[in-house]
Amino acid sequence: MNKIFETPLYPYTRSPDQGCTPVARRRVVIVGAGPVGLAAAIDLAQQGIEAVVLDDNDKVSFGSRAICFAKRQLEILDRLGCGQQMVDKGVVWNLGKVFFGDRKVYEFNLLPEDGHQRPAFINLQQYYFETYLVQHAQQLQSQGAPIELRGQNKVTRVEDRGDHVALQIDTPEGPYDLQADWLIACDGAGSPIRAMMGLDFVGRVFEDNFLIADVIMDAEFPTERWFWFDPPFNKGQSALLHKQPDGVWRIDLQLGWDIDKEQEKQPEKVIPRLKAMLGEDVNFQLEWVSIYTFQCRRMEKFRHNRVIFAGDSAHQVSPFGARGANSGLQDADNLVWKLKLVIDGKAPPALLDSYDTERVYGADENILNSSRSTDFITPKSQQSRIFRDAVLDLSEHFAFARPLVNSGRLSLPCTYDGSDLNSADALPDGPARTRPGAPCPDVALEGGYLLPQLGNEFVLLCINTAPPQALQVNGIAVRPLALTCDGQTNTALAQRYLGDAPAAVYLLRPDQHVAARWPSYNEPEIRAALLRATAQG
Amino acid sequence: MSRLILTPNLDRPDDVYADLLAAHDGLDKAQSDALNARLILVLANHIGDRQVIAEALQAASRAGQPV
Ligand SMILES: Cc1cc2nc3c(=O)[nH]c(=O)nc-3n(C[C@H](O)[C@H](O)[C@H](O)COP(=O)(O)OP(=O)(O)OC[C@H]3O[C@@H](n4cnc5c(N)ncnc54)[C@H](O)[C@@H]3O)c2cc1C
Repeated sequence: MNKIFETPLYPYTRSPDQGCTPVARRRVVIVGAGPVGLAAAIDLAQQGIEAVVLDDNDKVSFGSRAICFAKRQLEILDRLGCGQQMVDKGVVWNLGKVFFGDRKVYEFNLLPEDGHQRPAFINLQQYYFETYLVQHAQQLQSQGAPIELRGQNKVTRVEDRGDHVALQIDTPEGPYDLQADWLIACDGAGSPIRAMMGLDFVGRVFEDNFLIADVIMDAEFPTERWFWFDPPFNKGQSALLHKQPDGVWRIDLQLGWDIDKEQEKQPEKVIPRLKAMLGEDVNFQLEWVSIYTFQCRRMEKFRHNRVIFAGDSAHQVSPFGARGANSGLQDADNLVWKLKLVIDGKAPPALLDSYDTERVYGADENILNSSRSTDFITPKSQQSRIFRDAVLDLSEHFAFARPLVNSGRLSLPCTYDGSDLNSADALPDGPARTRPGAPCPDVALEGGYLLPQLGNEFVLLCINTAPPQALQVNGIAVRPLALTCDGQTNTALAQRYLGDAPAAVYLLRPDQHVAARWPSYNEPEIRAALLRATAQG
Repeated sequence: MSRLILTPNLDRPDDVYADLLAAHDGLDKAQSDALNARLILVLANHIGDRQVIAEALQAASRAGQPV
């Protein structure tokens, strides 16, 4: 079998930085070529900031991990230039079914709202996700963008020296030193950098094991997410079945705490389990088997002067709700524009503290949601199991109980309520979903969509009001974008951005979040809001 | 602000109490626990107000402790 995760994608080659004196200094060094490190590097390089990615490996994520990628992440990838590829390869799904014991008790439709370019979710193996990011990075590099991937470069020492970071890196040809103006640590949940810096990572350990089996089968199962509580084939535990591209199915079986992991991974154990679930006569082939446990925890602070943590190194959640890689991409999305403004000397380093506040807020939201899902899926006391089963029994009969069923609250982007970068809402009649701090919802427009027209720079979205000339505030450009809508045309734009207001002006951040909004154009207020949104207010 | 009612509010208290007992007739402990849980959820949804439910939780917890 040709396993994509066994093929080196960025094999080691010697860099001129190795053994050079004085020690080479790079603008941004990113440790870890997982989804988060790769996305951050691409984002930086596309905006002209030098990004060197170091990874102790030279391949994509080993084996099978993330499979569900949410709409917001696809929108971020669109901004990075590789969303379409993911969607083309991915499996789009909307329908979920919930089983309790041997009965189907409930089904849900993610009911994607009209007028979004991207679906609510796609399923795609993490190794494809990373392969496409690596290929995109390599393509950018061949076009002259300042991006570089260094395989088999293992970071062994990190020292923050105030105005730069010093690194020691091990390679097949021995160690070398390197300096970075800024270091982004995307080195995963076990983050060696976090350990080297003696930083905390506290939270809750869940005493449970889950078996993951990715199987290839030609089966009649539909493209839906099936979740079982206490099924006959896995008594007292849970199970999940989900479709991936290439006829691969993800099966996730809860095993409990006191098990022999090595034994449970053996095909002699796994195959009978799967047959009990799928049926004796279903033909399947095992592609990947592993056992995982999980924790919900985060660092107290994500920014430590010139070392900034992003993705799993900064926070870890249970897989229920698909919030791991999804939230890591939001970290990168949030960080890169801020870092660029600081590097370009257009905003003070204090802007980076807002990365800390906003993404800690996001991490807490994710940890809360995924802990609650976990408590529902794997009840920790007799009483919590009684309530859980009561909800499931009721859900079969009464609609009211269905919103209580929690088989994973699927990843949604976070609204940065209360962020210092927001200006007070000057359009109180406007829709709550586009209040300051919110990510911009997409809208179908004549000949295209809204989101592809936003991002990478500040945009002043003027709806039903004349746009100004392009604006510069302390060297930061604000690009006007004028749109109109009335009762007949672009009604979704009116619903999502106007509410009861006849017109509106939005100041949108480079990461497509709302910074401020007003009923009409007022230049001094826009200037003040822009300064606030860049930590100069 | 809605408030939890803690003064007599049942029309025929003895009948309601008897209905509660009758619903548990013939059930074993596990079945009774399950019934109670379902009942709590049904009633909570009917109340529909998180604040009132929080007050009810508090009242019920407090009443279980020695004065
Ligand atoms: C079973 C399972 C299912 C999941 N399902 C989902 C899902 O459906 N959706 C979702 O969004 N998330 C999911 N996740 C979570 C997702 O896999 C992670 O959140 C994601 O991989 C984190 O990306 P990252 O880039 O932060 O870190 P990683 O992907 O862990 O990458 C870290 C990189 O750093 C490198 N590295 C480490 N130390 C060093 C060093 N000293 N020097 C150089 N390089 C180093 C590593 O080699 C690695 O390449 C799942 C996870 C599991 C286990």
